[in-house]
Amino acid sequence: MPSKRVITGAAAIQEAIDQSMAKDPNVFVVGEGVPDPKGVFGTTVGLREKYGKNRVWDMPLSENAMTGAAIGAAISGMKPILVHQRLDFALLSLDQIINNAAKWFYMFGGQQSVPLVIRMVIGHGWGQGAQHSQNLQALFAHIPGLKVVMPSQPADAKGLLFASIQDPNPVIFLEHRWIHSAVGDVPKKFYTTPIGKANITHKGSDITIVSSSYMALESLRAAQLLAKLGISAEVIDLRTISPLDETSIFRSVRKTGRLLVVDSAWTNGGIAGEIITRVVTKDMSILKAMPARIGLPNMPTPSSPGLTKYYYPNLETIMKSVCDVLRKDASSIKKIIAEDPSLQSVPHDVPNSSYMGPF
Amino acid sequence: MEGGHSEKMYEMLLRIRMVEERIGELYAEQQMRCPVHLSIGQEAVAAGVCEALGKKDTVMSGHRAHAHYLAKGGNLKKMVAEIYGRETGCCMGRGGSMHLVDLRANFIGSTPIVGGTIPIAMGLVWAAKMKKEKQVSVIFLGEGTTEEGVFHESLNFAALHNLRVLFVCENNLYSVYTPLNERQSNRPRTGIAKANGLYADVGDGNKALEVYEKTQKALQHIRSDRGPAFLEFSTYRWREHCGPNYDNALGYRTEEEFELWKKTDPLVQLEKAGKFTEEYTVSVRSRLDKEIAEAFAFAKKSPYPKKSEINPRLSYAE
Repeated sequence: MPSKRVITGAAAIQEAIDQSMAKDPNVFVVGEGVPDPKGVFGTTVGLREKYGKNRVWDMPLSENAMTGAAIGAAISGMKPILVHQRLDFALLSLDQIINNAAKWFYMFGGQQSVPLVIRMVIGHGWGQGAQHSQNLQALFAHIPGLKVVMPSQPADAKGLLFASIQDPNPVIFLEHRWIHSAVGDVPKKFYTTPIGKANITHKGSDITIVSSSYMALESLRAAQLLAKLGISAEVIDLRTISPLDETSIFRSVRKTGRLLVVDSAWTNGGIAGEIITRVVTKDMSILKAMPARIGLPNMPTPSSPGLTKYYYPNLETIMKSVCDVLRKDASSIKKIIAEDPSLQSVPHDVPNSSYMGPF
Repeated sequence: MEGGHSEKMYEMLLRIRMVEERIGELYAEQQMRCPVHLSIGQEAVAAGVCEALGKKDTVMSGHRAHAHYLAKGGNLKKMVAEIYGRETGCCMGRGGSMHLVDLRANFIGSTPIVGGTIPIAMGLVWAAKMKKEKQVSVIFLGEGTTEEGVFHESLNFAALHNLRVLFVCENNLYSVYTPLNERQSNRPRTGIAKANGLYADVGDGNKALEVYEKTQKALQHIRSDRGPAFLEFSTYRWREHCGPNYDNALGYRTEEEFELWKKTDPLVQLEKAGKFTEEYTVSVRSRLDKEIAEAFAFAKKSPYPKKSEINPRLSYAE
């Protein structure tokens, strides 16, 4: 991309909404706190001032009804963007998402589509605990009729949000809180990043690391450090969880012969298991080693930093797992991480040292 | 009452009754292989409300939706074909009796999750407000639905933004077999509506003329942008909750109660109120008989959807 404009993921998302609203009068935004001074972590700031009350809506604490209302607006030709500051709040609207949004197009004979984007913020760290940070991508990916998008790079966050708004189907757009503060080159113009297409963020030949959202950033850092151990890791940033880009995954694993899937969610019934199954059941002979997966321990997320440091997988976990798959000596990993100047003195429960909480 | 409304409501009410009775008669053939929730006994609410609506006004409903679909002008052949699971059905055989739609008639859809369509109906006129359109959105619901959270959430939002929604509650006293007094405190549902800032009224749901008049008044309120409205009409389901049979023998309600309600038959009441001649009623019946026979014949001779319709891609719009 020609641009050299470095902005945060949050700014990229705000820009995508702003430009979509400027381009299409049917796009509107609604959510708890959308027009408030903080504007959903900065992702909706300034929109009410620019587009007015008729297009930028706050809402009562009525997640289920408001999701239904957004579906009603969507089948009337509008393009709602519904925002939840935590995915966990959106669970109150699962009836409308699963029973109606996902099925409306099919069950009424393809007569009415539901062009609805539901943004949900997922997370990691800062004591968010059991009900403020759940990564439930597998739950939504299980439902036919929904698309599930999970960007890691700011530029993809913008391009995928454009694509999601233009998509005639309901799209669950999962934004990791730590992606909001990630920075990257983001073109100023309007562009779309296709839904359902993964991105290879690091080329390699020894092992394929499939990941998404924040863990794709950790996987990328892991791949960069693994080079110091002489390991050439290929990192696939899925970008979309449903539909899965099976082609890109399979092409890479055919080349490397090894597969590690790094997910931000629980392993039980998760996306990592799905990806491994698809590879193994398609052609097990391409694998030179047993595939592996990394996810959260199958238990609710604790709040205490004394516990979360053992709960969340991290750079070290990924690097160690890669060494295990490759049967390589992992004893120097700690030293390699400790020697990297960019990784110094960042506590494990924040994305970077500028984070002072609460968030 | 202006001329013609009584006749139109009568013909619609009778049409719904005869369609439902035909479904009841033929259900045992095992060709309608989906649940059916018949509207017999409750037809006057649908006929009265929809007679007061304009073509552009929209209607949505729940699991017991045949009457609402037909009263709004939904295509009969497509409804029957849908119940028969045929590709000519209103949902191409994907929906069955509990998923009806006829966009040409502005019947936007019905689904069987109690309360599920309430916020969607509200969303239709939320969008209308954003687009500066003026139609009214009617949502039919049962009294059981007023126990769902989404009902209360929707009343608040509709009133907050002055949305053109008419909530029509058919109170038939039972949720499946569970009576109202085991589910709700002795609360007037109109009180809930009023507390949210809605216009609210109750009426006899077995008197089509009363339903029509009360709906007209509520619509005047809504169309003059004084806010959404809630109407509750008392009525009674004659057949079993789901299926073609009578189920009083189960003992959840008494035969006496059933007989008492049957005496208020909405069809008989409208026949009397309209002072229709026998010649007229006989000719209407014979015309409807023919139309209904044709609809069932159409459904039965229509093919099932093709095997290629089992395709995951059909879950998504292109």
